[in-house]
Amino acid sequence: MSAESRDYSALAIALHWCAALLIVGDFAFGLYFVDLPLSPQKLRFFSWHKWAGAIVLPVAAMLLLWRAMHTPSPLPAAMPHWERQLSKFTHALLYLFFFASPVSGWLYSSAAGFQTVLFGAWPIPDIVGRDRELAEALKALHRWINYALAAAVAVHVAAALKHQFVDRDDVLVRMLPFLQKT
Amino acid sequence: MKRALSLLCFIVAIVCAPAFAQGPQKIDAAKSWIRFAGKQMNVPIEGRFRSFDATVAFDPAHPEAAKAQFEVDLASIDLGNEEGETEVKRPLWFNVERYPRARFAASSVKPLGPGKFEAAGALTIKGTTHAIVAPLTFSESPGVRLVEGQFVIKRLAFRIGEGHWADTETVADEVLVRFRFAIPSTR
Repeated sequence: MSAESRDYSALAIALHWCAALLIVGDFAFGLYFVDLPLSPQKLRFFSWHKWAGAIVLPVAAMLLLWRAMHTPSPLPAAMPHWERQLSKFTHALLYLFFFASPVSGWLYSSAAGFQTVLFGAWPIPDIVGRDRELAEALKALHRWINYALAAAVAVHVAAALKHQFVDRDDVLVRMLPFLQKT
Repeated sequence: MKRALSLLCFIVAIVCAPAFAQGPQKIDAAKSWIRFAGKQMNVPIEGRFRSFDATVAFDPAHPEAAKAQFEVDLASIDLGNEEGETEVKRPLWFNVERYPRARFAASSVKPLGPGKFEAAGALTIKGTTHAIVAPLTFSESPGVRLVEGQFVIKRLAFRIGEGHWADTETVADEVLVRFRFAIPSTR
């Protein structure tokens, strides 16, 4: 495989940033509105949050599919063993949480008695019935999965910045081609 | 002997009288329900009231003589989630502290067909009264008579959800109320 074919394609880069924007955005949004007092605005926010979460699932599936079908560019040779292991582990967690986060939210919403109706038009089936105690447990689960996701994203971003500014290799540039110095 | 027989008839008549007379009867709350369905952000929302009481006098052969009234304890609302339940008890919604009960009193029942009737009456919620009409079905099985029906109300007509909650883009105006009253029967 030539070095060029191992670069991330435009599709892979688009999927990566699409997922990043959706996940970071929806996480911050959820964190912001969850403790607001109940109001029509909060009901709108809940729906928007769920719609964005519902879009994360197919995006995550495409990202995983791309990853399964391609060999990513090799890591810089200078990377120590522990960094390679941490990178593998963090990526595995990220993929896991990409699915666990929206699915836990979907379950929580169903258990709380609120179906998800994508864009107010397309009902997504409930996967569990209404159940007060289950809803409380799933709410906590959704919260903690997302804190864990945020921690994994923080490690991912910190590593990217270390590659760019400390190691001065091409790892971040591969996902941000416009940083490439010609 | 003759006297004993007439005494027996008298006792039988007294014991059985309530079974044949269709006087007002309390419903069997455990077998009855009042549910409602609405929409928020186009998401179907369902709920029920845990506590209500109804008195029904209904003889399908004489629907015009029917009497029915029910009272719903609004604080007993079950929406499936605490946050919503706390909110709808507040002044902008039901204001349960000031108006703890909703009431319905049927003023007329007319037959529509076999086992089908139409009840009209006054529904009072939050100090506001409106006339409603509800189609009913009546069925009878050993030990129980069932009256089932439904009607649609517009929540804003009863000031249920005032101020910013009057926004029907988020919470729909129309609410479907369905009910089943089980009336114990000795027949």
